Amino acid sequence: MHPIESFLQARCPDAVTGVKNAFGELTITVAKARLAEVCRALRDDPEWSFDFLSDVSSVDFPDAEERFEVNYHLYSIGRRHRVRLKARVGEEDCRIDSVTPLWAGANFMEREVYDLMGIEFVNHPDLRRIMLTDDFDGFPLRKDYPTEGRGWRTTFEFLPTTDGPVS
Amino acid sequence: MNETPPPTAAKGSHDEFGMIHPAPDPNEGDAAVLRTEELLLNMGPQHPSTHGVLRVVLDLEGERILKATPHLGYLHRGTEKLAEGKTYQQIVTLTDRLDYVCAMTNNFAYVRAVEKLLGVTVPPRAEYIRTIVAEMQRISGHLFWLGTQALDIGAMTVFFYTFREREVLIGLFEKLCGARLTYSYYTIGGVGNDLTPEIIAALRAFLKTFPEKIAEYNTLLETNRIWLARTKNVAVISAEDAVAYSLTGPTLRGSGVNYDIRKAEPYAAYADVEWEVPLGKNGDTYDRYFIRVEEIRQSARIVSQCLDKLPDGPISIDVPGITYPSKDRVMVDMESLIHHFKMACEGIKPPKGEIYCATEAPKGELGFYINSDGGNHPYRLKIRSPSFVHLGAFDHMARGYLIADIVTIFGTYDVVMGECDR
Repeated sequence: MHPIESFLQARCPDAVTGVKNAFGELTITVAKARLAEVCRALRDDPEWSFDFLSDVSSVDFPDAEERFEVNYHLYSIGRRHRVRLKARVGEEDCRIDSVTPLWAGANFMEREVYDLMGIEFVNHPDLRRIMLTDDFDGFPLRKDYPTEGRGWRTTFEFLPTTDGPVS
Repeated sequence: MNETPPPTAAKGSHDEFGMIHPAPDPNEGDAAVLRTEELLLNMGPQHPSTHGVLRVVLDLEGERILKATPHLGYLHRGTEKLAEGKTYQQIVTLTDRLDYVCAMTNNFAYVRAVEKLLGVTVPPRAEYIRTIVAEMQRISGHLFWLGTQALDIGAMTVFFYTFREREVLIGLFEKLCGARLTYSYYTIGGVGNDLTPEIIAALRAFLKTFPEKIAEYNTLLETNRIWLARTKNVAVISAEDAVAYSLTGPTLRGSGVNYDIRKAEPYAAYADVEWEVPLGKNGDTYDRYFIRVEEIRQSARIVSQCLDKLPDGPISIDVPGITYPSKDRVMVDMESLIHHFKMACEGIKPPKGEIYCATEAPKGELGFYINSDGGNHPYRLKIRSPSFVHLGAFDHMARGYLIADIVTIFGTYDVVMGECDR
């Protein structure tokens, strides 16, 4: 058992649902409801002190029971180690706790995930679209978003249509 | 003209220019004479100081910035979605268009990530060439920053001086790979072309005179009273805040936090050469300027040491399924021709899994998260770009400064919107 796993067992019992060590990287899967708690424990513990949030990203698995996966890449500047936290989010209840109260830098990263993947972050101070316009329809990084066709711009009234109707 | 009734004394009076002067409210004393209200000012997306298409909405009280809201996405091209439909080699060209000022380091960050996924190590000569080229790119990127930041603040001469040296480096890149900005020079498993003796000689000649050139920029700026007044104590961020906002690169090190991926998790040839990580103290724009200039010196040190130690050998691995066969074999050997076609049609198929690989780009930590399902294109590719993360701290770093400082604050991160919006 990896020491970080035993630490989390002691600090946040039953929060960890899986540990994987592949490609020299440690991945810890965490129950969605416990994510913020685990992050706080890892950040505040002097031994682990994951004070730096590298990245928040998301992956879509349309066929999985819980469709989305949110990945948090943590780093400790003092201790020089990394870990990846992973939480699964279902499509019906597509929301997860924000970690912006823990790392201010998560603000933009979570907004990006919300914008492109459509996962809501509860307690986020300013959850708006960031790359796309506010009236954009859909979440482009989802696997069911069409990658062919004319797309959203055909609905712009100010663009003249010189050819026939577009399906 | 006289149809509108004259304003009553209670509402105020028009002067000869038609401006309304509110009448003083006898109940509130002198404070009510001046009308105060917050002003919204839209900076960008076409303002020249934004280095691209960044738009910031400023809430102003007089000349003070109360709040700055960055609006991104004007250059969003959906690179991450595009990458899901391309083979691993094809994505190298997409990474050129992220940070188009420093395309070499983008290529480097991406190919490192794919190599980590594939579990391959590149030959020593390729590692050294990669280090040399990445540090040349860092020099040229920092020179670009120095010139444009000084130009934005009003020191025009520096721009011409730094672009003179940048031109030499870009000329060398052109000799090396044929392109001046979008190089696609790094390949999965090595580099595209070998350093020729001609390029090495030109690079050595450049490095010989380069310290004098750095001294020249510093003569113009280091003790320049206007430069000091415009950069000292502007856009200050404490070490704790810089870490909390996930800042990286010179922006983080300006606050005195020692985090450089080249030292923390050494890759390529960085562990084999001697160099130092410059750190700032005050976390202001001047310290970040100082650090970038010092990093230019350190990069030059790394390049010249790497040139001295440059080992012989191949510049790329030769593994079927990862690299293309060499061209001379393709022309005479049937199996190599088939291999070539298979590489072009099917591409590389890394094992199933996920990796995150961080590389020190001139702007900060450039990370690639790749999730592979075992197919020939990434299932998901996430780019952690420093410029995007840095803009998350924009509001925090701009509050309380004057509107004249906003141009300095734009420049202090070394933001490139191609990388920010992706």
